[in-house]
Amino acid sequence: MARIDLVDLAHSYGGGTYALKPMTMTWRQGGAYALLGPSGCGKTTLLNIISGIVTPSQGKVLFDGNDITHASTRERNIAQVFQFPVIYDTMTVGENLAFPLKNRGLPRDKIAARVGEIAKLLDLTPYLDRKAVRLSADAKQKISLGRGLVRPDVAAVLFDEPLTVIDPHLKWELRSKLKALHQALDLTMIYVTHDQTEALTFADTVVVMHDGAVVQSGTPEDLFARPAHTFVGYFIGSPGMNIVPAGVKGREAVVSGHVIGLNRSYDNLPAGGKIEIGVRPEFVHVADPAPGLLSAQIERIDDLGRVRFARVRIGDVKFAATVPNGVAVPEKTVGLVFDPAHIHVYSDSLLVEGRA
Amino acid sequence: MDKTINNKAWFLVLPVFLIVAFSAVLPLMTVVNYSVQDTFGNNHFFWNGVGWFKELLDPSTDLGDRFLNSLGRNLLFSAIILAIEVPLGILVALSMPREGWRVAACLVILALPLLIPWNVVGTIWQIFGRPDIGLLGYTLNKLGFDYNYVSNSFDAWCTIIVMDVWHWTSLVALLCYAGLKSIPDAYYQAAQIDGASRWAVFTAIQLPKMNRVLLIAVLLRFMDSFMIYTEPFVVTGGGPGNSTTFVSIELVKIALGQFDLGKAAALSLVYNLIILIVCWVFYTVMTNADRERPQTTGGA
Repeated sequence: MARIDLVDLAHSYGGGTYALKPMTMTWRQGGAYALLGPSGCGKTTLLNIISGIVTPSQGKVLFDGNDITHASTRERNIAQVFQFPVIYDTMTVGENLAFPLKNRGLPRDKIAARVGEIAKLLDLTPYLDRKAVRLSADAKQKISLGRGLVRPDVAAVLFDEPLTVIDPHLKWELRSKLKALHQALDLTMIYVTHDQTEALTFADTVVVMHDGAVVQSGTPEDLFARPAHTFVGYFIGSPGMNIVPAGVKGREAVVSGHVIGLNRSYDNLPAGGKIEIGVRPEFVHVADPAPGLLSAQIERIDDLGRVRFARVRIGDVKFAATVPNGVAVPEKTVGLVFDPAHIHVYSDSLLVEGRA
Repeated sequence: MDKTINNKAWFLVLPVFLIVAFSAVLPLMTVVNYSVQDTFGNNHFFWNGVGWFKELLDPSTDLGDRFLNSLGRNLLFSAIILAIEVPLGILVALSMPREGWRVAACLVILALPLLIPWNVVGTIWQIFGRPDIGLLGYTLNKLGFDYNYVSNSFDAWCTIIVMDVWHWTSLVALLCYAGLKSIPDAYYQAAQIDGASRWAVFTAIQLPKMNRVLLIAVLLRFMDSFMIYTEPFVVTGGGPGNSTTFVSIELVKIALGQFDLGKAAALSLVYNLIILIVCWVFYTVMTNADRERPQTTGGA
């Protein structure tokens, strides 16, 4: 149980490029964090730096204010669950779960009690005396999870895409179990994933990484309503946020020669930046073409059951918009109706705050 | 898809049948034939039934005495070199680098003894150990050890054992190294996180993951040491006395020295049978070990 601070941390595997760009951030004790980002964005590197498997090339890692940057994994008192199950072949399920405790010299009765408790939480009790090698991949990964959770005193539990090998129907179950465990055990948990559903359902704080840098850290609502970076807008949400090049002046944005009104005033835009506006498909809907509306060409309609999204084209730019329920979709050309409260302006991919 | 049935396909295996017949079955049958007969030369053979086999297994006869004694020596030799080479091979494999140019360097150095022909190894050690001109023998004697593998059977055994360890530990080490390399990094990382000691990492991860290759290593080394001939023949010629006469040396003495074809044939067959049985036991153990491990899912 600890607060984890990363101070001016960066890592390079050599070759002059950063796998992790310099960052400073804090993970508070007891938080449920998700590290979300596409493959290769540096999230596993960050996780391995926290657990001590990788030593950062610069910066410091602090646990409760103590510098542990160069401390070994053993000294850090941290638990980590890997993408693929790691099982000690010669041991039973119970011995596997007891292993981290046994190595730290806990008394026998305490180990037995703790193993029993964790096995119960993960539904492993019937298998405690079975050899772990003969179980299915699901069960093996549950054992790996169990070994991560069995130590009551860890600074944090790190999960590196732990549900990759798990069947989809079990994923839900295990994820909600992890969430319940988080509440029951009061542990700091950091969960790495590239699956936004996993991140958004597990975490109370989602940290989005892109290209070796943290681009936004916030609640799922924050990420949805106010993406700080065009990548976040695009990556979170399905379909992602529409990002369209625009000319923005004061309270107006000009897209393909059409003027869209904005709620805020943007006369403070940095000069020379690439200006785009971003708006989620949920806040744009299609209507019959009309003189006051931006017109677009329909490419196809995605019917997701509860909602329908129209995939359209404004000139060369792809765009998605909601089709209101009970509205017939015009044949080819539609008009787009924007909700000005949810249009964000980005300069060089970063969110610009307008003035009221 | 339907399988085409065409019995003409059997003709395709015919060449193999012929080769195996001439290379293995016919010679073996000749040996079986000899083993139940006696001869006084001139190609006159007399039926002897299982007489040679009875004699072979009866320690009170000369043949039985020689066979059982050499078998005992052979088993002792195999046990000793396995007890040295397996742990030593594991140790070498564990201390080898895991990446970089040093890996290639280590592999080449380890492979060197394996590439030297048996009789050359024998000759090297024969000269190396000579008290008058050999580096090892001369040095030991100068240091005050009364070392002479020609006259002292303990020294002879030591020489042959050290020679075998020098020649074959590399094989065990290379096999173990292959086994170690196949362990995904995540296992070591998990062990670090679980706070495992170096010894716990060895017993909980490395040894279990190596057990398949270790089994193969033990099998290979056992078979090879059980059939050892050239090296002790070159170094000690089976002496002093009979102290380093192993089964194969005894066999050659009987077959080619005394030309007792019947006795030698019976001995060959029993020798062969022992090896077959050991192979079968190992095979069974290995396939059973396989069965205990169902499909392994997932990647590295």
